[in-house]
Amino acid sequence: MSRRPRARPEPVQVVKQRRDAALAALVSGVPYIQFLGISFERRGDELTANLAFDEKLIGNPMLPALHGGVTAAFLEVTAIIELGWSLIWDEVEAGAGALPATMRLPKTIDFTVDYLRSGLPRDAYARARLNRSGRRYASVHVEAWQDNRARIFAQATGHFLMPARDE
Amino acid sequence: MAEMAGQFIDALPHCKALGMALVDIGDGTAEITMPYDTALIGDPETGVIHGGVVSTLMDTCCGAAVMSHPGGAVGTATLDLRIDYMRSATPGQALRAHAECYHVTRTVAFVRAWASDDDPDNHVAKASGAFTVERPGRRA
Repeated sequence: MSRRPRARPEPVQVVKQRRDAALAALVSGVPYIQFLGISFERRGDELTANLAFDEKLIGNPMLPALHGGVTAAFLEVTAIIELGWSLIWDEVEAGAGALPATMRLPKTIDFTVDYLRSGLPRDAYARARLNRSGRRYASVHVEAWQDNRARIFAQATGHFLMPARDE
Repeated sequence: MAEMAGQFIDALPHCKALGMALVDIGDGTAEITMPYDTALIGDPETGVIHGGVVSTLMDTCCGAAVMSHPGGAVGTATLDLRIDYMRSATPGQALRAHAECYHVTRTVAFVRAWASDDDPDNHVAKASGAFTVERPGRRA
């Protein structure tokens, strides 16, 4: 049995650079993501959002604790970027040279946040999972944690309207 | 009362960062406004502010409504909050949220809220949530 010779794989640095550039383009265009101090780490297609602690994120200075709204916003940002990322992934992998000049992001329809414990005054991390991603609607679940991955401090489920595709 | 109300927001660093102002509070209701700011844009194509900002405004307003309820909470924290985004907030316009705490038990407060921009009859978002009721001498 003879095998067909495989196409020579792209150098790993080229692949990484293309993926990182696409992710940066997706995230850097949104002022509010910078305002909160959220960044994204990528491993393959897996994203982890990182909320760097800052005094201005405090809601209750007596505890002190992160503002519940900041926690909700962090989860929502993570969900939207995960969805946006999934929308451009195939194009990025196909090596489609330049990215679309404007990347339209999904719009939130509803978002339900479950607060499990108070957000401590330190960095927080979050990952989103696409429950279902259709042509028009998507359902996304997000979990956020701080010191221990197993001790989630908040989770959320939301529904999103997918951006119209111009074909 | 008005002075205390002003201090309430100023004491909360994130609310201060967003420029929130408490315009009315009492008897289980609260009303808070915040200005439009380009730093809060969530959709760079349209200039519409991020849903997270609306959530933060609603969450704050709901918490204020719980504190103002005669039920006697000395502290509160969000247990859960659901936001329905009915339409995009118009870029350039301030946001205004109104919350009412419609039921309080010994331990839980139930709250609903609405947010609007310059068109008060056409709500931008609706929220409903459950909040803890912390009482004096009892740890949360």
